[in-house]
Amino acid sequence: MLKYILKRLLIMAVTLWIIVTLTFVLMVSIPGSPLNEERGTNETVQKNLEAHYNLDEPYHIQYLLYLKSIVTLDFGPSIKQPNQTVNDLLGRGFPISFELGIVTILVAVFSGIILGIVAALKHNGIIDYMAMSLAVLGISIPNFVLATLLIQQLAVKYEIFPVATWSSPAHMVLPIIALATGPMAIIARLTRSTMLEVLTQDYIKMARAKGLSPWKIVFKHALKNALMPVVTIMGTLLAGILTGTFVIEKIFAIPGMGKYFVESINQRDYPVIMGTTVFYSAFLIFMLFLVDIAYGILDPRIKIHKKGGES
Amino acid sequence: MKVANKIETAHSPAEIPNDWFTWKETDKEAAEVVSRPSLSYWQDAWKRLVKNKLAMAGLVFLVLLTIMAIFGPIISPYTVDKTNLPNQFQPPSGDHWFGTDSLGRDVFTRTWFGARISLFVGLMAALIDFTIGIIYGGISGYKGGRADNIMMRIIEILYGLPYLLVVILLLVVLGPSLGTIILALTVTGWVGMARIVRGQVLQIKNYEFVLASRSFGTKTSRIIRKNLIPNTMGPIIVQMTLTVPSAIFAEAFLSFLGLGIQSPHASWGMMANDALGAILSGHWWTLFFPAFFISFTMFAFNVLGDGLQDALDPKLRK
Amino acid sequence: MEKILDVKDLHVTFTTYGGTVKAVRGVNFHLNKGETLAIVGESGCGKSVTSNAIMRLIPDPPGKISNGSIHFHGKDLVRLSEKQMRNIRGVDISMIFQDPMTALNPTLTIGTQLMEGLRQHKKITGEEAKQKALEMMNLVGIPNPEERLKQYPHQFSGGMRQRIVIAMALICEPELLIADEPTTALDVTIQAQILELFNRIQEATGVSIILITHDLGVVAKIADRIAVMYAGKIIEVGTKREIFYQAQHPYTKGLLKSVPRLDLQGEKLTPIDGTPPDLFSPPVGCPFTARCPFAMEVCDKVYPGTTELSDAHKVDCWLQDERAKQLLASTANN
Repeated sequence: MLKYILKRLLIMAVTLWIIVTLTFVLMVSIPGSPLNEERGTNETVQKNLEAHYNLDEPYHIQYLLYLKSIVTLDFGPSIKQPNQTVNDLLGRGFPISFELGIVTILVAVFSGIILGIVAALKHNGIIDYMAMSLAVLGISIPNFVLATLLIQQLAVKYEIFPVATWSSPAHMVLPIIALATGPMAIIARLTRSTMLEVLTQDYIKMARAKGLSPWKIVFKHALKNALMPVVTIMGTLLAGILTGTFVIEKIFAIPGMGKYFVESINQRDYPVIMGTTVFYSAFLIFMLFLVDIAYGILDPRIKIHKKGGES
Repeated sequence: MKVANKIETAHSPAEIPNDWFTWKETDKEAAEVVSRPSLSYWQDAWKRLVKNKLAMAGLVFLVLLTIMAIFGPIISPYTVDKTNLPNQFQPPSGDHWFGTDSLGRDVFTRTWFGARISLFVGLMAALIDFTIGIIYGGISGYKGGRADNIMMRIIEILYGLPYLLVVILLLVVLGPSLGTIILALTVTGWVGMARIVRGQVLQIKNYEFVLASRSFGTKTSRIIRKNLIPNTMGPIIVQMTLTVPSAIFAEAFLSFLGLGIQSPHASWGMMANDALGAILSGHWWTLFFPAFFISFTMFAFNVLGDGLQDALDPKLRK
Repeated sequence: MEKILDVKDLHVTFTTYGGTVKAVRGVNFHLNKGETLAIVGESGCGKSVTSNAIMRLIPDPPGKISNGSIHFHGKDLVRLSEKQMRNIRGVDISMIFQDPMTALNPTLTIGTQLMEGLRQHKKITGEEAKQKALEMMNLVGIPNPEERLKQYPHQFSGGMRQRIVIAMALICEPELLIADEPTTALDVTIQAQILELFNRIQEATGVSIILITHDLGVVAKIADRIAVMYAGKIIEVGTKREIFYQAQHPYTKGLLKSVPRLDLQGEKLTPIDGTPPDLFSPPVGCPFTARCPFAMEVCDKVYPGTTELSDAHKVDCWLQDERAKQLLASTANN
């Protein structure tokens, strides 16, 4: 297990290093070097930038100093917002985005699994058909389209929910629906298909031959096996939800990290783009790592495999 | 041996004519003939795909969409970028079937133009992923050993990169255009395909039937045609079909963020973004048409991919 | 002898998109208390479907018991509700499956899987269940049972897993055990041990066994009576002696000739040419006609009736008809 964790940590470090390097290349390759001659930046900003990026040093020194500042979690100043550092923006935006993300994941996972199980148990029935049509639809409608439709129908036309910001639970309903529908649909489909496969396994037949009740067969014998693949796609889903927060926060005017990120892209506020990208990547890579560990804990076969030190 | 003491049958033996008790002409061939006509793999898969109504509906939708993407902008009297401010926010009518947007541009024309962009981006991404994936995955799986090990490590690292973040970063550097979008989408997008191809190649190497056909002296081309392609192409084709909607989504997503196709050209994501303000004032059509077509194009590709997955699975052959 | 199971005119069909498969087409047999009946046949002949039908484990849809009765202690299992059937499965009738690698749930411990049947059907404490589980582990010959209960299936070898599956099937002390190819997936040396275990268990518990197999070597070791199945029908049934030494049906004879035997060295092995008929549209006459070296015109046209050669020995074959015997004799004279 320890060897496995170390190997994963190494890969994580390499992945992060690639991202950091990419952002550095971004900085030096922008035509006209935005940091040097940014039009319209005032003097304080320019001074801050020079201090942070050591712009008078040669590239390789700049690169090393940049790596050092990343390692010490100092993402530098913003160009467009004087006297603001990227860290300030992250500190303000992250808690809100994190809240949005966590609630979305919980909603998506629970409703997706339940929908998937019901569909599998009523295989080829009307419920199955409806649940799966809903799921394909959920996968097909992009989250930003769903978000705008929800606003148009439920906020503008019928005024059931407030339309923007993040100030009360009622404000959270629409963004969470918009963000959770896609992952929920993916989880529902996956749960259904693995559940159907698991239900044909000999051990399920054996459990039936023991005279166990259908309830016990599903929850004790089938579910855990059926959920393993769901755990493996959690990483991808997390990445999807994370990038989804960009557009959702933009549409609903939620003052989270995603909104700052989108603004920084539109304003070409390069230090903010760089800092946020690195932060997002680190966060996501760490989550993937946690998912991997969780999988190892869930499946007894993997644990033993690793005790043997084979991988 | 005991003498038979009782014979029960639907026909009592006495009813059976005596002349039926003659040896049957032995027909060795008949015993070997399989009684059902055997369909080729592709015929069988096609037959099953046709039976899947949802997948066929998806296919029909995509064919119609392609036709409209080609001819829609041609038959329309308007151009994609012609602004006409006095004429802004016209609801759908005989003049403007899908209405006009905030700059008075014809939504009908823009929608089909957007279809061109979306289909082009989706198909190119799928094609490029396929090409790189086949080459990389094929080499990795075929070579095996050290080379495979190193190549898989590289894939593992690329796989860990947050896809859309990298794409955004690349587009910020390269500047948004059709070419750079496709480039950015495929830089890390091929990894999934390469993994699948490698898995398939590894499987082939271990197939006993390949060894068996070879030991019977079957020609290589025949092994490839009859055994390898049917048993390995399925997942690859399905992966391609599912790459298209995810690329279409990514393009729309980027356009929505302002990193996609730039005005005055049209793309569905950009149209949805432009419509954001308009729907609050009740101009639903500016959002409805691009939203409808993004969703239904992705829906069509998804159900077609599902249908293909079922139809191409050799295990399901009966 | 007391009959504990009596199957009459059993029909099982499967509806697939290619048509209806008539997998079992009018099967009759019975099982006496304490005996072992082997059902033998090629794969796809309907023997597993028959055993699943007894357990009412035919997946419905697509499968269906379309006709017939299965009387177990006077109760017709075909007519029981799913709930009533659950109280019979595992308690009165148990089943073990072909592949011990897949018959155990990989995510649950052996102990949990062993005891759950017991706790489902009998009102006992956890401690009593554990004692019973340990007892069964001893019976089937698993060393260190106390420790092994806490382990997962992947920590056991194939032979050990099959022992656990057997223990699981026997833990509620059923009267009838259906074993579907219990040794097919195992190494030859392990096979012998498992068959030995079956004999020992039958002596110890008096359980009746239905053994489904295609392996006549297995049959020779533990069966009392043998039923030979072909294309969804039982074409010959008899005691082990009758089938091995006085087989009447050309298919049974062919089956016996295609098995290597140590006692008849130098004898050539003769395979049966051809393949079984397609059960989407089974032939009206005897299904073996196309492959039968003694096929007559009548065989294609009408299915033969059952001829009783002794109390136990029955065969469905037109060669038992007097006119066929004359034909045989005259052919031999020429």
